[in-house]
Amino acid sequence: MNIAVRCENLTKTYDTGEQKVTALNAVNLTINLGELMMLVGPSGCGKTTLISVIAGILDQDEGLCELFGENLLTMKSKEKLRFRAQQIGFVFQAFNLLPSLNAAENVSVPLIINGVKRDVAKRKAIEVLESVGLEDRWKSFPAQLSGGQQQRVAIARALVHSPRLIVCDEPTSALDHASGHNVMNLLKEVALHKDRALVIVSHDARIFSFADRIAEMDDGHIVNVR
Amino acid sequence: MNYIAIKMLMGDTGKYIGIVMGLTFASLIMTQQPAIFTGFIARSYSFITDLGLPDIWVMDTKVQYIDDVKPLQDTELYRVRGISGVEWAMPLYKGTLKARLADGTFQNCNVIGLDDTTLIGSPPVLLEGKLEDLRRSDGIIVDIDGATEKLAKPARVAGGKQIPLKVGDTLELNDKRAIVVGIAKVTRTFQSQPVIYTTYSRAISYAPPERKQLSFVLVKAKQGQDLHKLTQRIRANTGLAAYTRQEFMDLTFWYLMKNTGIPINFGVSVGLGFIVGAAIAGQTFYNFTLDNIRQFGVLKAMGASNWVLLRMILLQALVAGSIGYGMGVGLTALFGFAMRHSILAFKFPWQLLVFSGTGVSVICMFAAFISIIKVIRLEPAIVFKS
Repeated sequence: MNIAVRCENLTKTYDTGEQKVTALNAVNLTINLGELMMLVGPSGCGKTTLISVIAGILDQDEGLCELFGENLLTMKSKEKLRFRAQQIGFVFQAFNLLPSLNAAENVSVPLIINGVKRDVAKRKAIEVLESVGLEDRWKSFPAQLSGGQQQRVAIARALVHSPRLIVCDEPTSALDHASGHNVMNLLKEVALHKDRALVIVSHDARIFSFADRIAEMDDGHIVNVR
Repeated sequence: MNYIAIKMLMGDTGKYIGIVMGLTFASLIMTQQPAIFTGFIARSYSFITDLGLPDIWVMDTKVQYIDDVKPLQDTELYRVRGISGVEWAMPLYKGTLKARLADGTFQNCNVIGLDDTTLIGSPPVLLEGKLEDLRRSDGIIVDIDGATEKLAKPARVAGGKQIPLKVGDTLELNDKRAIVVGIAKVTRTFQSQPVIYTTYSRAISYAPPERKQLSFVLVKAKQGQDLHKLTQRIRANTGLAAYTRQEFMDLTFWYLMKNTGIPINFGVSVGLGFIVGAAIAGQTFYNFTLDNIRQFGVLKAMGASNWVLLRMILLQALVAGSIGYGMGVGLTALFGFAMRHSILAFKFPWQLLVFSGTGVSVICMFAAFISIIKVIRLEPAIVFKS
């Protein structure tokens, strides 16, 4: 099976009290292993909600979302946490590195969550930092790193536990053009391989060329996949 | 995850110091004020604790505490001596007399009259002179605090230091001459008045004439005697009140607790310290959690369970609490050490460590609880918001 993510008729509505907002409206999407899928569209079109459901940190109201053949909605909360900890890596728009941890410690967090001992996790983290070109900065704290370097640390953190799906939310929006390109090259080179899928949410048109496929969203629908 | 929790806690030095200082303050107030209170109360019965030899104190039934002296007839002493189980019984005079100082002013003093023969009831530590010198004509022993402070002679030059009373100096007690033959170290009294020791007969001669002069009868029980049974026998045979040393201390303690505003005054200080400490530490700790809410969200999104996050917050509270508690208790101990020679009452028994430890634990649990609620309710999807 080479399908990583399968979404069928996904619906999600937010009830703000005064009004109901439909963020996802019967979304159908398939993402294959070894594929870099980009979700694009205007602000508020439902991209973030869709990756939140795909990553298992938000439950849909209706429809099916399977990751590697597993339906997260029917999983018990403990199983879902374990699944998320093992199978999914995250890269965030604001990097979301822990400021009091150095680069190696930040990268080792997913391993520690998965029960790996701290010293083993740290060694592995330094190896992965080497692969993203930060072997000499592993002791640096986030505040001592540039935006591009911080995003590379975040990518290392998303890769360190060898997840099968990497979810990236606007990974280049906080970076200048050159740094954004470097980060995308890195994601393509290091993160993507045949046993792993990448979903990237972006409205940065400069990086669309890196995608294998692009799903365009608007008003809670997928309007086009190309 | 414990390591990450500690790094998160100490990562922001300013906030970390704020949390620890709040807890230190609470811990300090919860130990320092009760230590002063305990010292203050202990002084109320310091005269009883200083007298190590007697097992039982016999007195008028209306006596409510150590300074509430209601004199007995001298013949009561012989009645007590006649009770079975009594090894010996000695008279003790305790009264307040005015001493005329060298500069013409007067100072109230606690005068203790000891049995002329045995001198039982003597001060616990003699710094200068000999106890037997009390038998010399007009001999008195003065406590060191009284000798250096309230009974000290005026300075030779204006603004200079007072000259401490020393062996050989004289005082006037009720217009009668008294010669200092010794300097003693005694526990300060509740009123912090100078303490003067002399013989029973001389104390009676100093005191204004009264029909009854005997303040207490000090009793030593024969070996193997049950003290409670002996006190019952003394009560039954003499109609007087008889207490073991501990019972008399308790009687004095509870009189002060029930009839003075001291416990309320200190209780208010301790209570306010607790509330202010809890507010500062709780608020700072909660703010710390709020500031780190995104980090907790990241950990949650990456698969950390609520239980793991709960443990992290509890650990952070425990570490901050332990450090704050340790610093507060340490500062209290330092305060006590620095004040050891001053007039300030200070006593720091182990029970106060338990009391303040419990208080700080309650504050930490409260601070951790409100933070835990916030983190448990946290939606991990927060991490996707810019």
